[in-house]
Amino acid sequence: MDIFLQQIINGLVQGSIYALVALGYTMVYGIMGLINFAHGEVVMIGTLVTITVTSLLIKAGVPLAVAGLAGLGASVLACMAIGWGLERVAYRPLRNAPRLTPLITAIGMSIVLQNIAMIVWGRNYMTFPPLLPKVDYEFAGANFTAVQVMIVVVSGLTMSGLVLLVYRTKLGMAMRATAQNPQVANLMGVNSNRVISAAFVIGSALAALAGVMVGTYYEIAHYQMGFMLGLKAFTAAVLGGIGNLAGAMAGGILLGIIEALGAGYIGDLTGGFLGSHYQDIFAFVVLIVVLMFKPSGLFGEKTGERA
Amino acid sequence: MQAKLSVVALSVAAALAMGACGKKEEPKPAAAPAAPAAAAPAQKPEIIVKLGHAAPMTGPQAHLGKDNENGAVLAIEELNAKGLEIGGAKIKFELLPEDDQADPKQGSIVAQKLVDAKVNGVIGHLNSGTTIPASKLYSDAGIPQISGSATNPKYTQQGFKTAFRVMANDVQQGKRLGEFAAKQGAKSVAIVDDRSAYGQGIADEFRKAAEAAGIKVVATEYTNDKATDFKAILTKIKSTKPDLIFFGGMDAQGGPMAKQMKDLGIKAKFLGGDGVCTPEFMKLGGVATEGQYCSLPGVPLEKLAKGPEFKDKFNKKFGVDIQLYAPYVYDAVMVMVDSMQRANSVEPGKYLPEVGKSKYDGVTGVIEFDEVGDVKGGAISMYRYKGGKLEYVETLGGGMMAAVKDAAQATGDSAKTAATAVADAGKDVAKEATKVGGEVKEAAKAGAEAVKGAVEKK
Repeated sequence: MDIFLQQIINGLVQGSIYALVALGYTMVYGIMGLINFAHGEVVMIGTLVTITVTSLLIKAGVPLAVAGLAGLGASVLACMAIGWGLERVAYRPLRNAPRLTPLITAIGMSIVLQNIAMIVWGRNYMTFPPLLPKVDYEFAGANFTAVQVMIVVVSGLTMSGLVLLVYRTKLGMAMRATAQNPQVANLMGVNSNRVISAAFVIGSALAALAGVMVGTYYEIAHYQMGFMLGLKAFTAAVLGGIGNLAGAMAGGILLGIIEALGAGYIGDLTGGFLGSHYQDIFAFVVLIVVLMFKPSGLFGEKTGERA
Repeated sequence: MQAKLSVVALSVAAALAMGACGKKEEPKPAAAPAAPAAAAPAQKPEIIVKLGHAAPMTGPQAHLGKDNENGAVLAIEELNAKGLEIGGAKIKFELLPEDDQADPKQGSIVAQKLVDAKVNGVIGHLNSGTTIPASKLYSDAGIPQISGSATNPKYTQQGFKTAFRVMANDVQQGKRLGEFAAKQGAKSVAIVDDRSAYGQGIADEFRKAAEAAGIKVVATEYTNDKATDFKAILTKIKSTKPDLIFFGGMDAQGGPMAKQMKDLGIKAKFLGGDGVCTPEFMKLGGVATEGQYCSLPGVPLEKLAKGPEFKDKFNKKFGVDIQLYAPYVYDAVMVMVDSMQRANSVEPGKYLPEVGKSKYDGVTGVIEFDEVGDVKGGAISMYRYKGGKLEYVETLGGGMMAAVKDAAQATGDSAKTAATAVADAGKDVAKEATKVGGEVKEAAKAGAEAVKGAVEKK
């Protein structure tokens, strides 16, 4: 039982990170119908910027907490700028192009960002400065750390904040209007360009936050770390119903838990026939099954009021 | 970093430029070496010998790929500085660096590219997974290949006459690791591998040796060479309570894995092969790596006659520490060129038979090949991670050790004092200049010896 609980904790933490990244995909898709494949790269840049700023400040003798917060702030600002720039450079000129065209520029931007990061930060793995004290907790035989608690709590708070933003503010209303019909929203006095920019900027800020979390959790970073994370988060968004905020969150957490349980139990379930290297299969089988019965994802029916 | 990159860019550009204009033919033997001393250098034909190098320059193992390339670059620069003459022509070596992304598919693509570029020899690849499929292409084209780091036994077991390696293979290493685990008093082990040809190979050999030594394998789990999260498989391993966890894979996974073991409160020891025996592993794993063990083929650099000198040269040239295989790659280049000199030809078909007959006293020891192309002897050394450094524990087996021992004892002390002197002089420009002078002298001497050797052969 303690093993099961431990796997659930592992999955929950991993899933919270997926969920936060998935929100970025789903917001952009919900408004523009575009899959921003460069989103994972924004996460990566968020992590690397934090490392650079925080390490510099720590070296200069700034207290850890201040350095960490400054690093977070710097990375959020940097990522917002990148998100805004991405939209202006790679997507806005193609607003009226066929749907496949921006998809290709998205993949192109992903490669460009990766290579820029490689030039700036190098090919080596970087270690993330330990921002939180190493506190271990034990509950019913399962171990978890302060970092894990922080990740789950912060993602939860951020996601609730985003829901409030979308459903309770004027900007959120404008976003929902643009999602339903950009032309009509324009006619109603909504500046849809500004709304789309806002979606990119907010999504990128979330990505920066996710990046800092990934960094503090694994304590390593690398210029290619965003690719796989982005792919998994995209899968999570599809699982939950892409374009739907609640779906992205549920999909992310679900995917994390499925992966953890898959890796932990697939060997026992198949009598050793399939090992833990099939854990991704486990996640994708669940995805396929869900999509077979609900092609629009778990929360797909709400696409009408997608963000 | 930027400076380093521009160097890379330059060398790539240079290689490309040379590749484009360097298609000179092998000199006619008529351009005789009759009076090499009398002939003015300008009259001598200069031929460009292209050596291919393949390693992952992007992706999670890019740091190791760069390290390998640095080893090759260092060797080639030294060779060019010596101004070798082979077959009566002045030889200029060119490195054609390729990025195989540690991907078997890409490995074959760059191998074909090197074959098409008509390289005279190939150094690499880094990974077993890329080396094995690529070796078929080199074999078909008759191009000698020496890998400094591919340790999967399959590489040399395919019956290719062109495949060589200067590092002990996984059969030898896995076996020693298994014995070492038993010696450490482990009764039960869990085995994790990254499903790469290397990781799987060494894990299988470890399993055999461990079981033979009476150790129980309580769990077998898998990951991949791009993963960062191992909590799920480690949680499962935790429930089987092993004394030791063996990881067959590279440092980029091993480091975080050791850290996550600690997070999960796993008390088992961590043990790995050469893939995790790097400074990077300790950087990534932090305190969790303290007191754990790993193995490296061969004998530690500082225990070798030419080791400290090489380390010094490497640090000075690149401003970074040796990660892992650079000395082996350096030796691979040297062995290849040594064979060319003995064959008095740079043509693959002509010098290939000489590669197998090599007896080269390199940085990593005396290199001799057995009938399949594996390095003879093949000692394995165990290390412990201590205070962010690898601490040498012991060397297990291998005739290589015995072979280098005398040489090491004879020249070790003088080499060590020389190395310290050089290190002290690091910032002293005047002394630096003398050192450069010495190097030139050395190079000249080596060149003269080479000429003498060639003449004697005639």
